Amino acid sequence: MNHDQILLAHGGGGRLSHALITDEILPRFGSGPLASLPDAAALELDSTRIRFTTDGFVVQPLEFPGGNIGDLAVHGTVNDLAVSGARPRWLSLGLILEEGLSLSLLRRVLDSIQRAAHDCGVIVATGDTKVVRRGQCDGLYITSSGIGEALPGFDLGLDRIRPGDRVLVSGPLGDHGAAILAAREGIQGFHAPVSDSRPVHRLVEGVSSLAAGIRFMRDPTRGGLATVLNEMTTGRDFGILIRARELPFSPGTAALAEMMGLDLLHVASEGCLVMICAAEVAESILAVWRTVPEGQKAQAIGVVTPNQAGRVILESAIGGLRVVDVPSGELLPRIC
Amino acid sequence: MNYIDGFRNQDAAARYRVTLAQLGQEWADQGGRACFMEVCGSHTMAIARFAIRDFLPPSVTLVSGPGCPVCVTDPGYIDAAIELAMQGKIIVTFGDMMRVPGSRSTLAKSRAAGGWIESCYSPVTALELARAHPDREIVFLAIGFETTMAPVLAMLDTARRAAIPNLTLLTAFKLVPPVLAALIADPELKIDGFLCPAHVSAVIGAHAYRPFADTHGVACVVAGFEPLDILHGVEGLLRQKIAGHATVDNQYSRVVRPEGNRIAQRLVDHYLMPADVSWRGLGVIPASGLVLRPEFARFDAESRHGLTVQPGRLNPHCLCGEVLKGKIRPVHCSLFGVACHPEHPLGPCMVSSEGSCGAEYRFASGGVTR
Amino acid sequence: MCLAVPMQLVAMGADETGTVELDGIQHTIGLMLIEEPKIGEYLLIHAGYAIERLDCAEAEARLALFRTLAAIHRQETGQEVLLVAAPLRPETRR
Repeated sequence: MNHDQILLAHGGGGRLSHALITDEILPRFGSGPLASLPDAAALELDSTRIRFTTDGFVVQPLEFPGGNIGDLAVHGTVNDLAVSGARPRWLSLGLILEEGLSLSLLRRVLDSIQRAAHDCGVIVATGDTKVVRRGQCDGLYITSSGIGEALPGFDLGLDRIRPGDRVLVSGPLGDHGAAILAAREGIQGFHAPVSDSRPVHRLVEGVSSLAAGIRFMRDPTRGGLATVLNEMTTGRDFGILIRARELPFSPGTAALAEMMGLDLLHVASEGCLVMICAAEVAESILAVWRTVPEGQKAQAIGVVTPNQAGRVILESAIGGLRVVDVPSGELLPRIC
Repeated sequence: MNYIDGFRNQDAAARYRVTLAQLGQEWADQGGRACFMEVCGSHTMAIARFAIRDFLPPSVTLVSGPGCPVCVTDPGYIDAAIELAMQGKIIVTFGDMMRVPGSRSTLAKSRAAGGWIESCYSPVTALELARAHPDREIVFLAIGFETTMAPVLAMLDTARRAAIPNLTLLTAFKLVPPVLAALIADPELKIDGFLCPAHVSAVIGAHAYRPFADTHGVACVVAGFEPLDILHGVEGLLRQKIAGHATVDNQYSRVVRPEGNRIAQRLVDHYLMPADVSWRGLGVIPASGLVLRPEFARFDAESRHGLTVQPGRLNPHCLCGEVLKGKIRPVHCSLFGVACHPEHPLGPCMVSSEGSCGAEYRFASGGVTR
Repeated sequence: MCLAVPMQLVAMGADETGTVELDGIQHTIGLMLIEEPKIGEYLLIHAGYAIERLDCAEAEARLALFRTLAAIHRQETGQEVLLVAAPLRPETRR
């Protein structure tokens, strides 16, 4: 293609649309079900227990330290499948492009999608591309759906959580949200926050032999750890106690939070797993996780308690107890 | 983190729990109860975040004062900012202002309605936008106490020297000593001591609190925002009560000098002059704010656009004023947690995470048992 | 109000700006409120400007007090005393 930016005609169904598909999409994703550009992908399922998820991605900036909107979309969908106890298999991607989007940026995003999908062992089975007028979207939006096959042995549910269970996290918290904010505010340095955008499916598959002791999993994306834990406890007859001193944070993320007044319990991760498991299997799970790069900083952060029903309690850095609430509204730097 | 982590030592905090319990008992044995006010919103925030109340003996109460600039911003100021946004000005504001209720709307809602409103970490963002959009006027929402005035005026000084024509301030600068004086003069108020702000004091100096201790006998401790600073500060206030004397104890001497930051003070004097300003919930307090001097009127959004900030309308059941004065705790307001919560704040104290109500709602320690 | 954190001045820039660092993150800030800032100093950063300098000797004196209190607590609760408490300096006032 000779154009260096996306034109409305790229979505018009004519020659430019065709060029976009044959030059950019098929070379990257055309080896599987997409090859002949069918209206619907034909998939062969080994299992009858499937998991199906969908998500939208509207991040700004489109490229950020540690990733871009493309690998973020793959990881986000893969992780939603993984935390439901499934092996991710197929993805569907919808791209909404704004007229004027730089073609080289689009190529970088597509390359990232290709790499991330390969790394996660998923196939982009179907997709769609639309172009909207300048001003009708913010550069590039991606919607992504995914299908996975349930892994044997996992039986996950909030109703399986019992007092005495342990709360584990697979890695540092808040790196994605901190990286986005740092990019917007011009924060640099050798510890400048880097997004943790990455898949967690290896963390799940790695502990499948211990699945009987695993009660529930979530990835703490928007709203952070505080939101995930509150979703688990609200309306339940147990509480959760976490300890500030056990929470893993990257140094630059922690420093940015001090500087900008962020509560990292409210900040998104995109490659982290929160798990509730039986006390007996907690150490074994942590040991497995720590052998995988994405689980090196895995940590037990708290316990499920019979008292404080419905609430999440934090033991602060100096040993005081307080309630952890969900964030309200958008995440903004605090100054006053 | 250098000069941060060391001030969060759990074992030292545990020692303060013991010391404060002993002092609290000693004070209770003398028949005393002590009510201290943390003046500053950043103290309120740190007290909530680190669960400091969990360390206090029953005879000591901490109440939150009027030191959150978002909380004390009059609804009429928000109305004026919204009007400027709807006229097509680019509004630049510290993030917490986005959800502060004006008389009818909020900045967040006027952004949804098409207003160009940017939230920022530093006022420098306003300068950058003014350079990037020479055809538009940038209005910076210049709220804050002594600490924040200095950076805003430093930015304005740069803009003036660079002859940037399209940048103005909508000012709502407020001063800490006059509001403390007004609180002390209120006969209903029973405050035994002030935990004085850390970084306001860095600018105005520890000497600024002398009249409160010397003339009014109110104990004053200037304390940093780290949890051990706060626990040490409460110990200092309690010791002053037990000893029966009031003084200004500058415990934040690693930052605060007796005379404060002279450069910042000179900058403030150069650009600003005292004015009677309205505090949300407290009303107009004489000479409790600062406005741009007439010779800098071209930087003043109000005089440039013939706008006058009118006192706005507040929900009549909102008791933020009583909360700000330390007369009641947030839970004693009939709206708290019912009609007024962080997703739908009626009063300003619920909007900011630093506001008394917001902090109490988010970090409520009530009923947490070991 | 008035969140401000101590960050170390690591480089001077043009127009009275400087680069400050905290645990490996760096930011450009305004230095016009500080008299004769020097590389290596710790400055209190608020809203993108340094508003005061940190007196490290005063800070160390206070940290020594807290280390001592921590050691007392560990001793009284029968925990191993990990740190030898630094000698406590008398409270200094400027």
